[in-house]
Amino acid sequence: MSELISANLPYLLAGISVGGQYALIAIGYTMVYGILRLINFAHGDVFMVAGLIMVYATASLPIYVSVVLVLVFTVILGVLIEKVAYKPLRSAPRMSVMISAIGVSYLLQNCALYFTGGLPQIYPTIPFLSKVIKIGSASTKMVTVITPILTLALVFALVFLIKKTKIGMAMRAVSKDFETSELMGIKINNVISMTFVIGCFLAAVGSLLYFSNYPSVIPTSGAMPGLKAFVAAVFGGIGSVPGAVIGAFIIGICENIIKGMGLTVFSDAFTFVLLIIILLVKPTGIFGEKSTDKV
Amino acid sequence: MGKKLKTKAAPEQRASTIITIVLLAALYIFLFALDNALPTTPTTVMLIPVLQKGAIYALVCVSMNLLNGFTGLFSLGQAGFMLIGAYAYAIFCIPAGQHAAVYQYFEGGVVQFSIPEMLSGVLGENAGAFLGAIICIIIAGIVAAIFAALIGIPVLRLKSDYLAIATLGFAEILRAFFQWDGLGKITNGSNLLRKYVNFHNIKIQIGGMIYQLDTIFPFFIATLSILIIVLLVNSSYGRAFKSIRDDEIAAEAMGINLFKHKMLSFVISSFFAGVGGALLAMFQTTVQAAPFRASMTYEILLMVVIGGIGSISGSCIASFLYIACSEWWLRFLDSGSFMGMTVPFFRDGFRKVVFSVVIMIIVLFFSRGIMGDKELSLAGMIRKFKKKKEVKAAKVAAGKEGDAK
Amino acid sequence: MKKILALLLAGCMAFALCACGTAADPQPADDGDAAASGDTITIGVFEPQSGDNGAGGKQEILGMQYANSVCPTVEIDGKTYNVKLAIADNESSNDKAVSAAKTLISKNPSIILGSYGSGVSIAASETFAQAGIPAMGVTCTNPQVTEGNSHYFRICFLDPFQGTVLANFAKDELGATKVYCLGQLGNDYDQGLLNYFKQAAEAAGIECVVESFPENNSDFNSYLTNAKNQGCDVIFAPTSISYAQLIVEQAAAQGITMPLLAPDTWDSNVILGAAQGKNLEIYVSTFYAEGGDPDFEAGIKEWINADSTNLSNNGGNDMLAAVTVMGYDAYFTALEAIKAAGSADPAAVMAALPSVTYTGVSGSIAFDEIGDAVRDSAFIKTANVTDNVWDFVAVQGVE
Repeated sequence: MSELISANLPYLLAGISVGGQYALIAIGYTMVYGILRLINFAHGDVFMVAGLIMVYATASLPIYVSVVLVLVFTVILGVLIEKVAYKPLRSAPRMSVMISAIGVSYLLQNCALYFTGGLPQIYPTIPFLSKVIKIGSASTKMVTVITPILTLALVFALVFLIKKTKIGMAMRAVSKDFETSELMGIKINNVISMTFVIGCFLAAVGSLLYFSNYPSVIPTSGAMPGLKAFVAAVFGGIGSVPGAVIGAFIIGICENIIKGMGLTVFSDAFTFVLLIIILLVKPTGIFGEKSTDKV
Repeated sequence: MGKKLKTKAAPEQRASTIITIVLLAALYIFLFALDNALPTTPTTVMLIPVLQKGAIYALVCVSMNLLNGFTGLFSLGQAGFMLIGAYAYAIFCIPAGQHAAVYQYFEGGVVQFSIPEMLSGVLGENAGAFLGAIICIIIAGIVAAIFAALIGIPVLRLKSDYLAIATLGFAEILRAFFQWDGLGKITNGSNLLRKYVNFHNIKIQIGGMIYQLDTIFPFFIATLSILIIVLLVNSSYGRAFKSIRDDEIAAEAMGINLFKHKMLSFVISSFFAGVGGALLAMFQTTVQAAPFRASMTYEILLMVVIGGIGSISGSCIASFLYIACSEWWLRFLDSGSFMGMTVPFFRDGFRKVVFSVVIMIIVLFFSRGIMGDKELSLAGMIRKFKKKKEVKAAKVAAGKEGDAK
Repeated sequence: MKKILALLLAGCMAFALCACGTAADPQPADDGDAAASGDTITIGVFEPQSGDNGAGGKQEILGMQYANSVCPTVEIDGKTYNVKLAIADNESSNDKAVSAAKTLISKNPSIILGSYGSGVSIAASETFAQAGIPAMGVTCTNPQVTEGNSHYFRICFLDPFQGTVLANFAKDELGATKVYCLGQLGNDYDQGLLNYFKQAAEAAGIECVVESFPENNSDFNSYLTNAKNQGCDVIFAPTSISYAQLIVEQAAAQGITMPLLAPDTWDSNVILGAAQGKNLEIYVSTFYAEGGDPDFEAGIKEWINADSTNLSNNGGNDMLAAVTVMGYDAYFTALEAIKAAGSADPAAVMAALPSVTYTGVSGSIAFDEIGDAVRDSAFIKTANVTDNVWDFVAVQGVE
C-alpha cells in the first residue's frame, strides 16, 4: 500500500500544483466571460507576458521588488488591453470583440517574439519557492505545496469580495443584467476595469508559481495553459468562480493521471474529450446553473 | 477576383458577366504566362507562392465564411478539417515505390497504392498526375465531410460560444490522433508524409510541348469551389442559412429544419476546408499534423473578419492581402536595413509586430472589414458609373441651358 | 478619423510595396548562371531563429557568420568575388519552411546551408529541388533529409549512427538495462532518433520504454515519475533545447539520480546553465569537443565577445557549441564547392559537390553516394555541474 502511494504521489502532487496554476488563470477567463460574455483569448498571453516581465525585471532589480513589479505591470497591462481593445467595441457584435481578443493575443505573442529574439528566456529562481523539499518519498519544489494553499486562500478572498463588498455586488449585478444595472447607476466601466484588475492580478500570481516550476518562458508559453484554463472554466460552468477552480483542479489531476497511465500522446486531447463530454451532458458546466455565484 | 451575386438580369448584369469572364480569362492567361513564359526574377519567385497560398486561403476563408458568416454557426474547427483533407490527399498520392522510404518506421504503411500512379499507367504520366490529384482532392473533401457529419451530430446542438469551444476541442483531438503511433501505418505517426504529387508535378501536354500548371492549378480548384459556394449561397438553401443566422426561432417557425440545414452547412464547409487542406498539402510538399493547431484557425478567422463577415469577395481579397503581407511585402522589416540605411530595430520578428498592429487597427476601427457584408459587384459599379455619367450629362445640359439664357 | 486611418494604412501598404520593389530590383534576373550578380556570390542560410530550435539555429548561424568574417571573398578563375550570407528564418516550423525557402531562392543563392532541425530541412527539400539549388545540411541528422535526393548533402553524422553510438554508450559505460526514452510528439528529429536508438538498444539487450509529450508541454514531472516507477536506469531524451532545459530543471527538483543521455541538440550552454549546481549526470553525443583546435576557438571567442548581439545569440557567454563549429565548416565546404565548380551557378555547384573534400575544424569532410558525410566517430561529453563546462568523455564509434 505504502509503495503504491509513494509511486503515485508525484502524479498527484504534479496534478494538484498544475491544477492550482490553471485555476488562477481560469478565474480571469470566467469573470470576464461572466460580465462581458467575452472569451478573452488574450488572457493566456497576459500570463506569458507576466513571466517575461519577471525575467527582465530581475536582470536589474532584487527579486522581491521584481515580484511586486510583475503584479503591478500585469494589472496595468490587463486594464490597458481592456481600455484600448475591448472598450471601443462595447456596442459592436460579440464576434468583433472576440476577434479583437485574438488580435491582442497575436500582438502580445509577436511582441514577445521580437523582444526575446525567439530565444527561450530562463525564469529567475525565487529562492523561497524553488527550495527542494521532500514529501514522503517524493522530492519536489516548495512551489508545488504552496500553489494549492495560495490558490484556495486567494479564491476565498475573492468569493468574500464578490459576496460581501459593494464592488462585488456591482459585479454580480452587471453579470446578471448589463443594461439594467447600468440604469441602476452602477458605473459599468469601473466594474469591468475591476474585473480585469482581479483577473490579471491572479494571472500574475499564477505565472510566478507556474514559471517557478517550469522555468522557461517562450512566446507561446501562455497558449496551452491558457487554453486548458479556459477549458477548466467551461468545465466548471463559465461565469462561476468556484466552478472554475474545481474544474481546474480536476483537469490538472486527470491530465497527470493520464500521463502516468502511459497514454502520454493523449494528455492534451483528453482535456478536450472531457470538455466535449461535459458540454454534451451539461452544456452550462458543473456549476453553470447556480447563477447567484455568477460574476 | 470578380465574384458577384446574381441579381435581376439587367443590362448591367449582362455586361458585368462578360467583364467577369474577360477578367478571369485575363487572370488565367497571366497565370499561365507566369508558370511558363515569364522569366524567373526575384519578384516572380515570390509572386508564385504568394498567389498559390492566397488562392488556397481564399478557398478556406470562403468555406469558413459559409459557416460563420452565412449560417451564423460559430465554428473553430477549420484547421482540424484541413488536417484531415491534407492527410487524406497525401496518403492516397504517395507513389507506391516511395512507401518504404516515407513510412520507414512503420514497415511501409498499409496503403500500398497511389491513385495518380494508377491513372498514369492508363493515361500517361502528366494526365495521370493531373487527374489523380483532382480525384485525391475530392476524396480529401469527402473524408473531411464524413468526419464533419459525425462530429456535427453531437456538436451542432450547442449554441454560439459553446459550439466554438467544442469544435476547437475536436480539432485538437484530431491532431493528437493523427500523431499517434498506433495509427502510424496510415498517418506515419509524428513523421512527415512527403513525395506525393505537388503543384510542381501538375503539367499538361499539348502537342509536343509540356506546360507547367503550378499556379493555375490551385486557382482553378479554388475558383471552381468558390463558384459552387456562391451558387449555394444564392440558392434556396442559402436563403435558409441566412434566415437561421438572422433569427433561429423565426426560421424554425417558417418551417426550416434547423438541424438539417445547420448540418448541411457544416458538412459543405468542411468539405471545402478538406479541399483547402489538400491544396495546402500540395503547396507545402510535406504534411505533418503539428502545424494544424488552433492558431491556424484563428488566422483564418482573422482573414474572414478583415474581409468582412458574410462577404465572399471580401474573404478572397483579404486572404490575398493577408498572405502577401505576411509572406512577402513586410519581409524587409526583418532585414535590418531599409533602403540602404541600417535601422537597429528592424530585426527578426519586427515584421510580425508591425503586422499585428495593422491587424489590431483594422479590427478596432474597421470592425466591419473591407467589404462589410456587401459583395464586390461589377453590376453595381457599372450602375454607379452610369449614374455619374447621367448626372454629369444633366449638369452639362443644365449648364448649356444656363448659357443659353 | 476612419478616413484618415484608412489613408494612412493604404499609404503604409503602398510604401511597403515600393520598398520591396526597390529592395528586389537591384538584383538581376536569374537566367541560368547569373547567381553571381556583379562580383557578389550569395550563400543562403536556412536556419530557425525562433521557435523551439531558435537557440540552436542562432548558434549555427554564428559559425557561418564568423567564417564569413574570416574569409569574405572567394576566387574563381582569377576573379575575386565577395561572399554574402542571406539568412531566412524558418521559425522551427515545417509549415513556415516553404515560404522561408522561397524567400531565400528569390535572393539567387549559389548554395543553401541548413537547417538545424531535420523536420524543416525535409519540408523545404522539395522546394530547393524545384529551384535547382543545392543544399547542404549542417547538423540535421535524420536520414530522410538526403535519402533519395540528389540536391541535398550534409556534413554531419546520421541518426542511425548516433542512435547506435548512444545505445552502445548506455550499455558499455552506463551499464543500462532499461532505458526510458522521451521525445516530442510531431517532431521528426525526436521520433526518428528514438526509433534508431530503440533498434540499437534492443539489439544490445537493453529494454526500452518509449513515450512522447505533446508540443508546448512544460510539465515533465509525470514523465520523470514514469521513468522512476518503471524501474529504468537511464533516461534518453532526444528533444530540442527548450524542452531539454525544462526536463533538466524538473529532474533535479524530483531528485532523479539516473543519468540523462541525449544527442547533439543538448550540446548547448543553455543546458549547462540549467544543470549548474544540481546533482545531475548528463551525457551528450556531439560533433566536436572543445579544445580540438585552440587557434580557431580563440578567434571565434574573441569575435563573439566583440559584439553584444552575437553574445546574446550565443546564449550570453562565449562557450562554443558544436553546431557553431559545424556552421563554420559548412561555410568553408560551400566555398570549396563553389571553387570546384568554377562558377556561382547553382547547377554547377551541385555537380561539383559530390567530389568536394575539405578538412575542417570538426574533422575531414567527404560525401558518399547518397550525399552524406563519411563520419565514423562521435564525441561523448558530460556536463560538469560545478565548473559549468562540458567535460570530454570519449570518442565513440560503431564497431
